Amino acid sequence: MSWAGPEEIYLSTSLASYLDRKLLVLLRDGRKLMGTLRSFDQFANAVLEGACERVIVGEQYCDIPLGLYVIRGENVVLIGELDTEREELPPHMIPVSEAEIKRAQKVEREASELRGTMRKRMEFLDFD
Amino acid sequence: MLFFSYFKDLVGQEVTVELKNDLAIRGTLHSVDQYLNIKLENTKVVDQDKYPHMLSVRNCFIRGSVVRYVQLPKDGVDVDLLHDAARREARGG
Repeated sequence: MSWAGPEEIYLSTSLASYLDRKLLVLLRDGRKLMGTLRSFDQFANAVLEGACERVIVGEQYCDIPLGLYVIRGENVVLIGELDTEREELPPHMIPVSEAEIKRAQKVEREASELRGTMRKRMEFLDFD
Repeated sequence: MLFFSYFKDLVGQEVTVELKNDLAIRGTLHSVDQYLNIKLENTKVVDQDKYPHMLSVRNCFIRGSVVRYVQLPKDGVDVDLLHDAARREARGG
């Protein structure tokens, strides 16, 4: 992010316009963090206050509070401004407890690991 | 510098940014910087049902390092101009 003069601020891709707003931050590992942007720098390192992780498994979701987070910019995929006038999630989604979502995550992880090992076995057998 | 200048000229056009994590976002190009970080306005996610968390996001900042493609309207590009600029860069650079 280049240092912009006062006129250039309107065209600048600075995160300054997102300061003190509630944001959604997508990370490279697929995590979705939400919080208020308090600080940033040219690497897109960011400080999120009141951060929580929104875990979504199928139709279930849970917001796990995290507190004050410093995010290293290289992990950032996208920073989105949440429109307060719109629903953050589709209405059919069900909020569940942290324990419940962790269980659902484990099931999903095991299912995809199983798919992975099955695929490797098939590839080894060289089925066309 | 070439693509930074090129994207600066595209500000205001509707583009679709496809990210390395396969997420594709359509929106109006608001701004770009030297790292080719992109700010989009009025965004709409392609395949919205797969990304429920993005439902209320209307503006976003995309880190340049995670972009795979920027899809442009066919007539949004003056290919000859770009071609000349590339040749100039190649000669000068």
